[in-house]
Amino acid sequence: MAEYIIKNGFVVDPTQGINCEKMDVAVKDGKIVNASDVKGAKVIDASGKLVMAGAVDVHSHCAGPKVNVGRNLRPEEKLNCYDPAKGVKRMEAGFSVPTAISSGYIFAKMGYGFAMEAAMPPLYARHTHEEMRDTPIIDEAALPVFGNNWFVMEYLKNNEVENTASYISWLLKMTKGYGIKCVNPGGSEAWGWGMNCLTIDDPVPFFDVTPKQIITGLIEANEYLRLPHSMHVHSNSLGEPGNYQITIDSLKCAEGIKADNDFGREQVLHHTHLQFHSYGGESYGSKNFESKSKEVMNYFNSTENLTFDIGQVTLDETTTMTADGPFEYHLSHMNNLKWVNKDVELETCAGVVPFIYNPNSFIGVAQWAIGLELALQCKDMTKCYLTSDAPNAGPLRRYPRVIKWLMSLKARDEILDACKYGESVRRQCYIGEFDRELTLYELAQMNREGAARMLGLSNMFGSLKPGMEGDVVVYPLNPESDLDDGEKIEHAFGNAEYFIKKGELIINDSEIISNGSKRTFWVNAGKELTPQVERDVSERFKKYYTVTRNNYEVKEHHYVPNEYMIEVNAA
Amino acid sequence: MTKLITDVVCPFCGTLCDDLEVVVSDDGKELLEVNNACAIGAEKFLHSQAKDRLTRPRMRNEDGSWREVSYDEAAEFTAQMLAKSKKPLMYGWSSTNCESQVVGSHVAELVGGQLDNTATVCHGSTLIAVQDVGVPSCTLGEIKNRADMVVFWGCNPAHAHPRHMSRYSLFPRGFFTAKGHRGRSVVVVDPRPTDSANLADIHLQVEQGRDYELLSALRVAFRNEQLPDVVAGVPKETIYEVAEKMKNARFGCIFFGMGVTHSLSKNHNIDIAIQVTRDLNEFTKWSIMPMRGHYNVTGAGEVWGWQFGFPFCVDLSRGFARYNPGESSSNDLLMREEVDSVFVLGSDPGAHFPFSSVKKMNALPCVVVDPHITPSTVVADLHVPVAFVGVEVGGCAYRMDSVPIETHKVVDAPEGMLTDEEFLKLVLGRIKEIKGV
Repeated sequence: MAEYIIKNGFVVDPTQGINCEKMDVAVKDGKIVNASDVKGAKVIDASGKLVMAGAVDVHSHCAGPKVNVGRNLRPEEKLNCYDPAKGVKRMEAGFSVPTAISSGYIFAKMGYGFAMEAAMPPLYARHTHEEMRDTPIIDEAALPVFGNNWFVMEYLKNNEVENTASYISWLLKMTKGYGIKCVNPGGSEAWGWGMNCLTIDDPVPFFDVTPKQIITGLIEANEYLRLPHSMHVHSNSLGEPGNYQITIDSLKCAEGIKADNDFGREQVLHHTHLQFHSYGGESYGSKNFESKSKEVMNYFNSTENLTFDIGQVTLDETTTMTADGPFEYHLSHMNNLKWVNKDVELETCAGVVPFIYNPNSFIGVAQWAIGLELALQCKDMTKCYLTSDAPNAGPLRRYPRVIKWLMSLKARDEILDACKYGESVRRQCYIGEFDRELTLYELAQMNREGAARMLGLSNMFGSLKPGMEGDVVVYPLNPESDLDDGEKIEHAFGNAEYFIKKGELIINDSEIISNGSKRTFWVNAGKELTPQVERDVSERFKKYYTVTRNNYEVKEHHYVPNEYMIEVNAA
Repeated sequence: MTKLITDVVCPFCGTLCDDLEVVVSDDGKELLEVNNACAIGAEKFLHSQAKDRLTRPRMRNEDGSWREVSYDEAAEFTAQMLAKSKKPLMYGWSSTNCESQVVGSHVAELVGGQLDNTATVCHGSTLIAVQDVGVPSCTLGEIKNRADMVVFWGCNPAHAHPRHMSRYSLFPRGFFTAKGHRGRSVVVVDPRPTDSANLADIHLQVEQGRDYELLSALRVAFRNEQLPDVVAGVPKETIYEVAEKMKNARFGCIFFGMGVTHSLSKNHNIDIAIQVTRDLNEFTKWSIMPMRGHYNVTGAGEVWGWQFGFPFCVDLSRGFARYNPGESSSNDLLMREEVDSVFVLGSDPGAHFPFSSVKKMNALPCVVVDPHITPSTVVADLHVPVAFVGVEVGGCAYRMDSVPIETHKVVDAPEGMLTDEEFLKLVLGRIKEIKGV
């Protein structure tokens, strides 16, 4: 394997306390090594440029059944957004829901080495894996959804944490999944009858368990199994004005629970796209709706065992997709655009609706402001991650623009000054109070150091220490001269000049020259089925599923050809 | 001693039953018996055992007779034909596994092919309607576990999807449906008195081609507005009755087939059927689902979705993917003589396309990859027989509700035969050499 030495760049790596120091980074046999350990390596001149470890994405919808629904649903998206094949690089198409192949290239250009597909319906796991297999370059994993699963709800109704854990361990193995995702706990099952669960004490029809029991039980099962990642929740009443109290109630479910694992993970609950969950007021109108980011962040900053990602609205036309079926139904009534729903037997549901976050509307800009406020109020940046819940709050390719807004007060003011409702937003939200501009160091704390740690992957990603995976990116950004220009920041973070993934040069001189050798990560939790769960699984497949138990498992050979299995030792 | 193989997936229709049992000889070379399958599915398995089956590719001579060629020669001919073509039509893809569809997509990308699958003459209009208005749907297990009402509109599952009603939609007892069929009311909408209609509580014998009006009338009835005395041949009292029943169901599903997708109004029928379903969700919970035909036509749409962003009619000739059914659909391309060669895999356009299209195929260089001798192979210059997917080789297929299921290999293919995927990989390798990629 080729060796590389990246010379004279400005290196930022919070895991080693390195902040824009001019130094060399070397890669050999797929790993980072000391610069003195390579001889005759290919030299990459990074003088005047920014060098970082490959970034880690904690939450995006980039592969799987609902993503593909979004692609086939929206031919109009490809009209102005496509790229022909060139050399080894294949055709690309789609703006907010790019093809699987295009997703891989977008991640590479932004310098990402690992991404987490945020919601995998277990029955459709095979589909998710087929797409991840065909997504070039980036290492990926997927989180199966558990929050509306019949097995889980029945066990947690009786507080049976061991049975829940046993079932989860089995399902992770069947679906080659990575951890526990919980979307609108109980609400998506209620949606099977056209209903919803709006607070954490709203019982699930028939199953008679509350969202609070589901959230708490899944956190406990997660720590029982000692998984690398924590419970990953999208709580009830997403997007509803006044939902911030439900969000704080959901976060409080983690109180008193301590992380138990061998992976260096510190949180027991990750709350995703917190922006959608930090609303006050009673309607979306400019006189009534208000930001409650301060209230949410006051609570968050007082805790030790939580993390969150922002879910930043990017003011684009995009495609929303979530396992929160009742929310998508609700959304389709707000904009009257096309609506897809898909209920999945015994497990979950999903919905897809195109959406326009209009920069000339009050609510669009208020949502935009709230996402940024969350990050700007965070005290420990290793617990806060940049996402756009892609494509829900904005397309994947807009991450660099979000970085611009986080790093530049001027860029934020430009949005507020240009928009019709700028004053209303300043009044109803907190955005005007903050002049904080994130530094490159803080940025690396977010989506390198912190993100890798919260996924339990800090021994592989997010750092340039010798022995880490050879994921290095060189951005065309000079920290000494370019940081006061928001446009330069945005351009640089979307157009890596060089990108080395697992020791292989993927982007050379801003051009994709290899499709890499992507891996799919999954977690083998190693817990056997308890007799009770064995009996339940066997019975449910006979009576209620429409596939047989033997046809449920996703086998490695076709679907996860290049697997990276993480084995967990239970206590 | 014979062996019993369980949990076998049936590679025939979109119902994709996965509970078949197959008896094979001890050496795994012969398939003796098929249990649990419908008559069509069983025949598909047993047909693979025909003693006079073709096992090697054959090329047509000038005088119309055939000569046997090797798979390498066949791959060379195919690669040359595709690479030389300006606009090759690459049609079919519905009776094969997703692994082959992925390789085929790559081939098409390199040669600038026109990719199209059997949806083009089947549920393509459904795909277009979904692009217009979306679709509220569910997996088949939701029907089994929750539905107390089903509507079969323009489809006849008793014959076309023989186990659909027993496995998913009408008879099974599920979690919230312990009474099975006694707890489900059934409406069939069909101009003909079919065997499915015989099972209905209410058979709406719609006038042929008047489905749009009847669907529209239902929307009127949901809103308690006035209807004329008779709509599409159905008295208004019956329409009000059905509308009321639908509104009062706990969970319902409309299944629809070719009776609406390819009768007058085509995709507009589906548009309004989906709007009917949306309307019903104001009152209760309803889904709608196309009765997809080939066992993996859904998979072809999914694979192209993640590869190119479109489910069918994908035009790759400009170096990027375009989609314009009516322009980039197979029959339009053939009839307008816009394609200069034809590659068929996993379908039989010779039997399903209009004769005028088949005549054009006959006039063009044409390769057909198919285990059987079919009307399509009759017009081919090269016929490449391959192993049966789901019988002699496994691979992923998508059920009509898009649930992916892995089909299995139950017997060996005759010695030396390649699979679709293996043959396509030979072609891909050769094309990469020719194109210097």
